[in-house]
Amino acid sequence: MIKTDILIIGAGPTGLFTVFEAGLLQLKCHLIDALPQPGGQCAEIYPKKPIYDIPGFPEVLAGELVDNLMEQIKPFQPGFTLGERAERIEKLEDGSFLVTTNKGTKHNAPIIAIAGGLGSFEPRKPMLDNLFKFEDKGVAYMIKEPEVYRDKKVLIAGGGDSALDWSIFLADVASEVTLVHRRNEFRGALDSVEKVQQLKNQGKINLITPAEVIDLQGGEKLEKIIVRKTDNSEEIDLDVDNFIPLFGLSPKLGPISDWGLEIEKNAIKVDNTLDYQTNIPGIYAIGDVNTYPGKLKLILCGFHEATLMCQSAYQRIFPDKKYVMKYTTVGGVTGFDGSKKEAPKAVVKSIE
Amino acid sequence: MSDIKIKITDRDGVLHEVDAPTDMNMNLMEVVRSYELAPEGTIGICGGMAMCASCQCYVKSEHQLPEKSDDEEAMLAEAFFVEDNSRLGCQIHMTDDLDGLEVQLAPEEA
Repeated sequence: MIKTDILIIGAGPTGLFTVFEAGLLQLKCHLIDALPQPGGQCAEIYPKKPIYDIPGFPEVLAGELVDNLMEQIKPFQPGFTLGERAERIEKLEDGSFLVTTNKGTKHNAPIIAIAGGLGSFEPRKPMLDNLFKFEDKGVAYMIKEPEVYRDKKVLIAGGGDSALDWSIFLADVASEVTLVHRRNEFRGALDSVEKVQQLKNQGKINLITPAEVIDLQGGEKLEKIIVRKTDNSEEIDLDVDNFIPLFGLSPKLGPISDWGLEIEKNAIKVDNTLDYQTNIPGIYAIGDVNTYPGKLKLILCGFHEATLMCQSAYQRIFPDKKYVMKYTTVGGVTGFDGSKKEAPKAVVKSIE
Repeated sequence: MSDIKIKITDRDGVLHEVDAPTDMNMNLMEVVRSYELAPEGTIGICGGMAMCASCQCYVKSEHQLPEKSDDEEAMLAEAFFVEDNSRLGCQIHMTDDLDGLEVQLAPEEA
């Protein structure tokens, strides 16, 4: 079981900055995120897009902002549970919380900070009648173990980077790779588009465009897919072992909505007059995931909320301690790794 | 201050006639949100970057709309419930020549 002071759900910019503010108070943090890397939307959806309203940064790429935050919090040695979604919460007898992920990883902390943004990112699933029936029986929405596809007949649907990249990768692994996309044009890195073109010319990728998958067939497991060309309505039957629809990710508030928290407008209601605490004492919600009168879903607001939330968390953990806020310029930053950053001392020395 | 009239049919089929300002740098997705014609969290999820299809709508009137950008084209190619008259609301900026525009919000993706 992972034990920490503040368990942060969501490793986007707000969650990451929480580690820093908590660290200044000597509180340890651990983060859970459904995505395989930290950074949330900034890393997953728009890493190459500029942001212009981070104070002190006239312009910063979303991906750079995440890199900077990771650097800033490094001295505080945050723990990460990545690629797992926080699923269940229980209150223990000592008043602390036990959070279990979809993969069964258990986390224990007296304070929970939900910094879940829009929710956890789940694969967008195409609307096909038999889709759920064949999940894990030939249908998968992400590729975890490429070896599963060795010498199999694989059909990939989608027109973005992941559809292109996996088609390229599996061309060397699977016995047959078919790529189906609703349009002739693909949205991806130029290299990937050219590589797919090349593999198509070599007969290593069977490209069907413009077309869509309209039916999945099989008994116990997936055996056949019907693809319809959208330009002439021709229907093509394909024998396949695996179907991998790659239509990107969409955020869902998910299991958090069943934790007994007060929800309004798909967001968690918090006390904005004080500390961004939810209706359950000890559970806070910060950043895009919360709502209160006048709420703005901005990264800079998330930073502010994280800062105030940490002060409140400190008082909950140490009700008897008095804490006086100290400027980092005055107090420096002392990491849990023994590192110390501080302003250079002025030298008092006579000049002779 | 200048407003145009827009007719928006929400996801429950209810028609709303709303005033949309043309001088506030607003797009159709933001107009829908400002009148709360679709629940928060179900529209404009990506914030208007043409990176999700939560603001997809069907254009019902004959207005001449600006051409789709590559990003919008690509997103609509991956979205669900797409029709020939599908557009992303976040890519339609409110201008005077859109007075009388009629749109219908596409269903929410499951």
